[in-house]
Amino acid sequence: MTRHLEVRRGAYHDSVTLMQVSREVAERDDVDAVLVAMATELNLDLLADLGFSRPPDAAPNDLVVAVSVSDPAALDTALAAVDAALDRRRRPDPGGAEVEAPPRTVAAAARRADADLALVSTPGRVAILDAVDAVDAGLDVMIFSDNVPLSDEVALKDRAAERGVLVMGPDCGTAVLGGVGLGFANVTRPGPVGIVAASGTGAQHLMCLLDDVGIGIAHCLGVGGRDLSAAVGGRSALAALRRLDAAPEVELIVLVSKPASPEVAAALAARARELSTPVLMAVLGPGSPDLTAVAAEIAAHVGRPFPPTRRWGPDTPAARPGRLRGLFAGGTLCHEAMLVLADGLGEVASNIPLAGQPQVGPDDDATGHLLLDFGDDQLTAGRPHPMIDPRPRLARLRRELADPACAVVLLDVVLGHAAHPDPAAELAPFIAAASVPVVASVIGTRDDPQGRDRQAAALAAAGAIAHASNAAAAREAMALVGTRR
Amino acid sequence: MNAPERVIAAGAEVLAESLDRQQVDVDRVDWTPPPAGVEDALARVALDPRRRDANALALARMNAAGAVVVDARPAAAALGLERGHFLHAGPPITWERASGPLRGALVGAAMLEGLADDPAAAEHLFASGALSWEPCHHRGAVGPMAGVVSPSMWVFELLDPGSGRRAWCTLNEGLGTVLRYGAYSPDVIERLRWMGAVVGPTLRAAIRARGELDVRAIIAQMLQMGDEGHNRNRSGTLLVLAEWLPHLLRSGRSQDELADVVAFVAGNGHFFLNLCMPACKLAATAAGDIPGSSVVTTMARNGTDFGIQLSGTGDAWHTGPARVPDGLYLGGFGPADANPDIGDSAITETAGIGGFAMATAPAIVGFVGGTVRDAFATTRRMHDICVGENPAWALPAMDFRGTPTAIDATLVVRSGQLPQINTGIAGSVAGTGQVGAGLVNPPMECFTTAVEALAARAPARE
Repeated sequence: MTRHLEVRRGAYHDSVTLMQVSREVAERDDVDAVLVAMATELNLDLLADLGFSRPPDAAPNDLVVAVSVSDPAALDTALAAVDAALDRRRRPDPGGAEVEAPPRTVAAAARRADADLALVSTPGRVAILDAVDAVDAGLDVMIFSDNVPLSDEVALKDRAAERGVLVMGPDCGTAVLGGVGLGFANVTRPGPVGIVAASGTGAQHLMCLLDDVGIGIAHCLGVGGRDLSAAVGGRSALAALRRLDAAPEVELIVLVSKPASPEVAAALAARARELSTPVLMAVLGPGSPDLTAVAAEIAAHVGRPFPPTRRWGPDTPAARPGRLRGLFAGGTLCHEAMLVLADGLGEVASNIPLAGQPQVGPDDDATGHLLLDFGDDQLTAGRPHPMIDPRPRLARLRRELADPACAVVLLDVVLGHAAHPDPAAELAPFIAAASVPVVASVIGTRDDPQGRDRQAAALAAAGAIAHASNAAAAREAMALVGTRR
Repeated sequence: MNAPERVIAAGAEVLAESLDRQQVDVDRVDWTPPPAGVEDALARVALDPRRRDANALALARMNAAGAVVVDARPAAAALGLERGHFLHAGPPITWERASGPLRGALVGAAMLEGLADDPAAAEHLFASGALSWEPCHHRGAVGPMAGVVSPSMWVFELLDPGSGRRAWCTLNEGLGTVLRYGAYSPDVIERLRWMGAVVGPTLRAAIRARGELDVRAIIAQMLQMGDEGHNRNRSGTLLVLAEWLPHLLRSGRSQDELADVVAFVAGNGHFFLNLCMPACKLAATAAGDIPGSSVVTTMARNGTDFGIQLSGTGDAWHTGPARVPDGLYLGGFGPADANPDIGDSAITETAGIGGFAMATAPAIVGFVGGTVRDAFATTRRMHDICVGENPAWALPAMDFRGTPTAIDATLVVRSGQLPQINTGIAGSVAGTGQVGAGLVNPPMECFTTAVEALAARAPARE
């Protein structure tokens, strides 16, 4: 085996691009392992896992190229493939004849041309810099990045209120503005519903369920997962509610949130009553309706029928003893599943546990029921979201399917813009080879690039049970866990 | 509410591509991480609620500052410079760390003042501490290259009529073997004596007779005539000479003296630099001392250190090692002969001209780096690190867009784009003089330490 490790100083590429490069080169037959990544602590650990020694003086702004090949002759072609893949992903050369060099900051970009909005997905430690640029330039901004310090979020939102602009995020995965999806967003038809979302996948799920019954979306304004916390106090949610209230195309506003500070939720509900547009509050929590029930409520409000949600795959198999293991890309979907399971299964451990439930680390072995959120901040620092890069979840799936104590695996499969182009194809081989039943919720629409029905059918063909409703998927998975007590 | 038609995207390419596929125009930011360790300081400064208005005010004050030349007189009177005390370019420096050209210029000035008979004696006086020196900037003055000012040297006095603030700069000696490049041979000292005896008094008569002459208006004109105000001042020189000429002719000086003075001014394409610099100094100073502002108010080099000052950090110098310029060399000189960057003349870039106005000076692009296209790219790049522009200094070739004005240190650090400075190159050995001219950038260190100092004065990030 030949190992090659080099550090390229100051050669920055974003983590998604590097993941694509690594994946492309790893697919070569003559390459055993490859990691092309910025030299963050996390990536240096991954390097060690691949059997490389840590380069002593690599800094987070340096690029590490690590390749191992069994045939030494293959090394040069593998490295050439790395360079070719990096080159291909670079933007068109700005040094060319009449092309102006691209701006290096949002401030510079905003000065050059009148944009409608800024979308910031730079690393969380510094995302605030370009977000402030946008606010100072009078632009609405969506901050996709997570791991932004809480006090920065509060300060930014206060400044945005002064400037009359909207801050969507940080940790805002989803927004839809007049049919244009930003971040992770499904292709939905236009319609009368406006959504304010302190939950990316929660909003996606709601929009997909509504799309399925022919109810369209005017806008979905994400506000970030922490907006309804006591510290942030719903600053962006209030601004977003007022925005939607002022939009004549919005006939019903839905505020969907992960579990929130009760005081903040109550205060927002009070402000919502002052608006001229009716507002439906959908704050997830024990005793609150799940997202599918919320969708049904919206359908009733706009006078549309809400038939039972779709299901694909084999008949429900017999329950078997053991434990349920849920592996999620969507935080709110994970949360919703835990709320569904809490009634039937008792103790469910998680890296984002419900109140009173055990907390586990994301890499810990499980003995009981377990639900993991792979999109949690802790797991996304310095690497792409699991909806883009399925590898961490696939590795865990392999581990759970091999665990004799595992009775059923519950998954979410989130489709739409910016998500993986074919998640079912990544999951299918594992599902087909498994003896443990797999239940998956498929969050998407017919018009999504991946095609919701095609993805569900592919999962079903591999032997999985697929649901259009995440709550329904959780309930069926729970039913497959035999003899509890 | 409408669907966005144009979105600025910074970060993950996959999110920008998703907008491409939805037929949304995407302005991609070519984002790179800031230098490690300065992230927290940048965030603190960015979130300082005073910063935006403070920088807007700094830009407005820079643009509103006036600059009229009101007098020429000896530095002893104008600056209160005592015998045995000297001014120099750049941030403060000890004799031990002073570069060859700075030492050479100080030695020459000591001989000019009659404090020493030969270079060795002069060096001893400086090394022993018998003579003292401080930056020009500490007295509101600026000096090109070594920037040495001694009491008997004549200086131009410029006034900002709005504020009453004044700035000073010596008379330009010409090119080649001159004191400001560190030369101190007898012909150098002889020329300085003649300038003090003849050029200074003659110009003073014309300046006083002409009355307040608006230097900023001449800069506006020269920028439309192919001068960038740092490495090319040819039209500015002729414009100012034309203003003074009638008054020179009526000054009562002898015809021979007048002919010598006019030939001296007209024959030195850099003569106007020493009026351009104090005009820029008045603009930069007007933008100073605004709490929370990240605007650069000084860039200056002493041949060893590059130092900058920020509006929001007052008189503090933020320094780093001066770099050796990249350029073209005179005669048999080459890069090995070059001293690191020196001079207060980067005050021109601080006020938005010089390298920042490269797009207007195609005649010197070969001299300072490359093609005309490079010149346009340079000015555009400088716009990206500035708070705004100066509409009074409009560049025809850029569709009359104003010069990039008020450098924001945080944008320099975040973008990695350093201010572009056009400069002369001094020989590294004392007494050599000019060896070339070219381009140089400040070290990034100046800007990172400046941002850290500004962050220390900003409200704490919880």
